[in-house]
Amino acid sequence: MDTTVTTEIKGSVWGGGNRPLGASYGKLMMWFFLVSDAITFSGFLAAYGFSRFKFMETWPIADEVFTHVPFFHGNYPMIYVAFMTFILIMSSVTMVLAVDAGHRMKKNAVIWYMFATIIGGAIFVGSQAWEWATFISGDYGAIETKGGRILQFVDAETGDRVALDEFAKTIADERVAHEESNGIWYYGESTLPTYTVNEVMEGFKANPNVVIQTETINEEGEKTVLSRQESLNKLANASQVVEGANLIHNEYGSRLFADFFFFITGFHGFHVFSGVVINLIIFFNVVLGTYERRGHYEMVEKVGLYWHFVDLVWVFVFTFFYLV
Amino acid sequence: MAHGHKLEIFRGLLKFKSNTQKIWGVLVFLTIVTAIEVILGIFKPAILTNTLVLGMKLLNWIFIILTLVKAYYIAWDFMHLRDEKSALRRAIVWTPVFLVLYLAFILLVEGNYIFDVYKDGFMKWDF
Repeated sequence: MDTTVTTEIKGSVWGGGNRPLGASYGKLMMWFFLVSDAITFSGFLAAYGFSRFKFMETWPIADEVFTHVPFFHGNYPMIYVAFMTFILIMSSVTMVLAVDAGHRMKKNAVIWYMFATIIGGAIFVGSQAWEWATFISGDYGAIETKGGRILQFVDAETGDRVALDEFAKTIADERVAHEESNGIWYYGESTLPTYTVNEVMEGFKANPNVVIQTETINEEGEKTVLSRQESLNKLANASQVVEGANLIHNEYGSRLFADFFFFITGFHGFHVFSGVVINLIIFFNVVLGTYERRGHYEMVEKVGLYWHFVDLVWVFVFTFFYLV
Repeated sequence: MAHGHKLEIFRGLLKFKSNTQKIWGVLVFLTIVTAIEVILGIFKPAILTNTLVLGMKLLNWIFIILTLVKAYYIAWDFMHLRDEKSALRRAIVWTPVFLVLYLAFILLVEGNYIFDVYKDGFMKWDF
């Protein structure tokens, strides 16, 4: 027990004279913030869990959504997120090394370790931006039904996903995007999908080896693939073509999945971004010798706490969004 | 605290000579844990996905436990909670743990209940 009531009173216990927690004001306040921020993130993740439990049988499978690695074509689930996780843990290590060097008052070591931390953070934010861009632009395309469910297309023999442009027919004389310059009220509309529902339908009828995969997860933990006849029946309910994901439509499945993806990874990415900015400010202070003159590097320790917290949150986001 | 780092991890099984060494040691450990998670996530062994423990797949339990292990070492060694006074450590750890367990419990139970209502209470909702 290193926390006991002080029996000898040196000076005043008022005005901050007594320090039962042995931590400075700034560090304590950083911990206050981190605890409340941790609870905020827990709220998001718990809400994600709620929605996932609510739609347990139709939730998208993360391994089938995040399959891309920059500069490589093909199907590599998890690899890129694992890389991002490693980058963040690595930058946490350089941060803690910077704190350690700060305790030993080694200015140059602090500078280099902080520099490496900032680079790591920048790589992570960049990776996340790339992940978002890939997620938003989508890869195969899908059909949304009148009930808002997503129908994806797979090859009947191999079970591989089939992209819309591999089978959809091009039918001339379809409608064009309505631009604001044409309308009386100057309302435009967003870009039309590459194919119309009709083009996908006709293409589907002409390609007997394409079938539909629904959102429902079967007992083997995979998405249900329908027979040709069931697929045609399902397709009768089609309402629109969805390519990629946004807050309203999501070609990967449940739209809540996209909403939570944007919200949770976005909030985390914003934390990483602010962390990089704060680290930069402290980095310049270190370079200018502010803490050398102050006599201690506690400021580095405090931003370090924030930086590790960002890493800590990512460990949980990684598990609950990509693994479980 | 500025001086006096505790240099043991795994309850004293592994003792490092300096704080820097301990940091690298923890990095190696965290990397191994992440690698195990990723490998399990890619291959999803059938034994682990078919076994249910308390209504959840054993694989998911493994993921969550490994995550908590990682969180412990990040907080204890990177955020150096190991070197802080136990009162501060407990205030930081148990407050969120209590609140999060409570929130997760009520939300997951409620989510599961709504799932049942959708599944059994409606003729059809998934059009």
